[in-house]
Amino acid sequence: MFGRLTLNAFKHDLIEASVGVSILLALIAIVFLLTYYKRWRWLWYDWLTSVDHKKIAQMYLIVSAAMLFKGVVDAGMMRAQQLLSVGESFGYLSTPHYQQLFTAHGTTMIFFVAMGVISAMINYLVPLQIGARDVAFPFLNSLSFWLFASGNALLIASLMVGNFSGTGWVSYPPLSNLEYSPGVGVDYWIWSVQISGAGTLLTGINFLVTILKMRCPGMTLMRMPMFVWASLVTLVLVVFAFPILTATAGMLTLDRTIGTHFFTSGFGGNPMMYVNLIWAWGHPEVYILILPAFGIYSEIVPVFSQKKLFGYVSMVWAIVAIAFLAFLVWLHHFFTMGAGPNVNAFFGFMTMLISVPTGVKIFNWLFTMFRGRIVFTTPMLWFLCFVVVFTIGGMDGVLMSVAPVDFQVHNSLFLIAHFHSVIIGGVLFGFFCGFTYWFPKIYGFKLNEKWGEYAVFCWFFGFLFAFIPLYVLGLMGATRRLDHYDASTGWFPLFAIAAFGFLVICAGIGFQVLQLYISFKERAQNRDTTGDPWNGRTLEWSTASPPPLYNFAVIPEVHDRDGFWAMKHSKTHKEKPKYEDIHMPKNTGQGFNIGVLSFFFGFAVIWYIWWLALLSIIGIFACLFYRLFDRHTETYVSVEEVERIEAQRGKV
Amino acid sequence: MTQHEDFPDTHHEMTHNTFFGFWIYLMTDFILFATLFASYAVLRDATFGGPGGKELFNLPAVLLETLILSTSGFTCGLATLAIPVDNKKKVIAWYAVTFLLGLWFFLQVCTEFGHLIQDGNTWQKSAFLSAYFTLVGTHALHILLGLVFIVVFLIQVTRRGLIPVTKRRLTCLSMFWFFSYVVWIFMYAIVYLMGVT
Repeated sequence: MFGRLTLNAFKHDLIEASVGVSILLALIAIVFLLTYYKRWRWLWYDWLTSVDHKKIAQMYLIVSAAMLFKGVVDAGMMRAQQLLSVGESFGYLSTPHYQQLFTAHGTTMIFFVAMGVISAMINYLVPLQIGARDVAFPFLNSLSFWLFASGNALLIASLMVGNFSGTGWVSYPPLSNLEYSPGVGVDYWIWSVQISGAGTLLTGINFLVTILKMRCPGMTLMRMPMFVWASLVTLVLVVFAFPILTATAGMLTLDRTIGTHFFTSGFGGNPMMYVNLIWAWGHPEVYILILPAFGIYSEIVPVFSQKKLFGYVSMVWAIVAIAFLAFLVWLHHFFTMGAGPNVNAFFGFMTMLISVPTGVKIFNWLFTMFRGRIVFTTPMLWFLCFVVVFTIGGMDGVLMSVAPVDFQVHNSLFLIAHFHSVIIGGVLFGFFCGFTYWFPKIYGFKLNEKWGEYAVFCWFFGFLFAFIPLYVLGLMGATRRLDHYDASTGWFPLFAIAAFGFLVICAGIGFQVLQLYISFKERAQNRDTTGDPWNGRTLEWSTASPPPLYNFAVIPEVHDRDGFWAMKHSKTHKEKPKYEDIHMPKNTGQGFNIGVLSFFFGFAVIWYIWWLALLSIIGIFACLFYRLFDRHTETYVSVEEVERIEAQRGKV
Repeated sequence: MTQHEDFPDTHHEMTHNTFFGFWIYLMTDFILFATLFASYAVLRDATFGGPGGKELFNLPAVLLETLILSTSGFTCGLATLAIPVDNKKKVIAWYAVTFLLGLWFFLQVCTEFGHLIQDGNTWQKSAFLSAYFTLVGTHALHILLGLVFIVVFLIQVTRRGLIPVTKRRLTCLSMFWFFSYVVWIFMYAIVYLMGVT
């Protein structure tokens, strides 16, 4: 009846159980609060069923924030284990639990935090920056989010029912084959990645069409804001790379559930094929994460240098070149495969080549600042920290593109330090930078600068303390996934410094929470009534903060690269606009329903509960058909309504 | 807010966006198939001592399948031509023929699989057979999905007529059907014809 699911799945050791129990308590608290304040209807009609890209973006933010918390806790537990587990002492975590922790940490941070914040940014900003009222397929957008959320939920469920994968975040076979990982862990990994990956793929298609087909009049491709360019190229990468992940994870599923032999070590299977395929997706994925962050920096630096972006055209071509090269470097993740000197040399050379367009971007930002009147706001500080950390990470990336060097540091903590430098320094700092910058647009008031600066300070120095020792440890021979080491290695002091760095980062997170709280409390003083608190250059600042449901009462028309900047400095746009009825998509619950059903589908397949899997599939199709037969999917905002909303603009 | 049944001003744009979006979706599907084809190419000779394509493939049966699917592509094309001229009867009739041919194709593939399994040549026997079953099976699933949507959209056409929404969906369906057909051509050439040489 319940397949592999027995009572044993609910038995955990003390530490694991306490995590599960606290998640349950948090859920109960949320349910209680919603009931107590009678907010269920509000939650359903205003949020869960929403197809508004601005609300979906905020839901992405909430999910990613929760997952960031989980990922940071994972990191802290690993740091503590490496601090305690020296010589005679074996720390406080069992080896299987530690393995699950590093797998869950990687999976969470890449798939659910980094992808989540990138999706949030693209969702919120792209339609506003291209002067559109919505995305091309609003229902599909809601569906994408709920598939993403359902993938998250599966990972969280693994904390309570059964356990998570212990094979590392890309689940290399043969370790991830049924023979060596017989439990449900790898299946949890597969399905949480598979379902959220399907969501990402749909987002890719949706926003690609949005950018290419729905730009406002006058916005040619070469007049698009840099963030839109970065998103466009990112989405092309998504569309090319994610089907490979779907197919690869699908083949691993078949290996594990129906006994095929794609990646097994017997029957002619080829485990290295998995490694090649997963990185054919995985390396473009790295650029899927970093390019939107590049876009964010390209928006912020001109605004706070009070100059236009230096070398717009070269910036565009740099992004395109990075995207092209992204598909030609996957083998540098496993030079040790033994493909031979010629193959390794080719991939090493391509890897070095990618640093050229990346360098172009860094220098363009610096030249944008050159002779500008720089305003040192929090977003600008994030950018400056990014330049330092990312350049360190980028330089040692180039170092590792030399295959003989890579043979020495392969799978060592040097590598760990490298990709944390580029992902924390690049993607996460970029997100924090953009979040601070666009926060007034999303919520209508600015974030407190002082606490923001404290947070930047702690994150930056915390990062250096936490990861510079890892470079040294890597060169000393410490490998990744290490839950115990000998005292004679002399690594302990460096691990201690890294743990200290982690605490400083935690202080930074604490300051960020405090910043949100204080800014919310003092929101009356920091309210943005103009819609343009930073003297911005792009279209999102031309509408109110927060923007109305329909984004723009009148679709803007641009004649220049920095469209809004040109509008502000010409005298002609002052005449009273003429409003029209605005057609908008209606909210629908089917995205949410399909998300929930795909969670059940994933859960059922993981535990071999086949009747539930079948029911969920039927349910998913039923929801889809319901949607296809629904005749009332669109609605109008009348002229009077638009006039009423616009008249209120700027008033508190 | 007021309610309107039709939004004439937005239909054109919506149709354009949908076609373009659907095209991109088909391209992603192509990459999915490309990944499976690549895996098949890698594992083609990994028969692990078991039978290979030369021993297993029944070329006349596959030729029949190819002819059935080609004909269904042709009838689907006739149905598509009837969409812009609002010939509802023709649309329904040609899609019905397409459905029957598609179903026949699907059953043929099932029979082929059935024979292999009966002889003990399942996907568990070797990596080659794993790759073969997955590749051809994924294609068959696409055909099955196409069949389901032919039924659904024909119901919509009979109930609501050839309005812009149903026309748009039928056109997407045709693209999907042609796409599945094109993938099959690759399958026929790379898996079957190259498999027996």
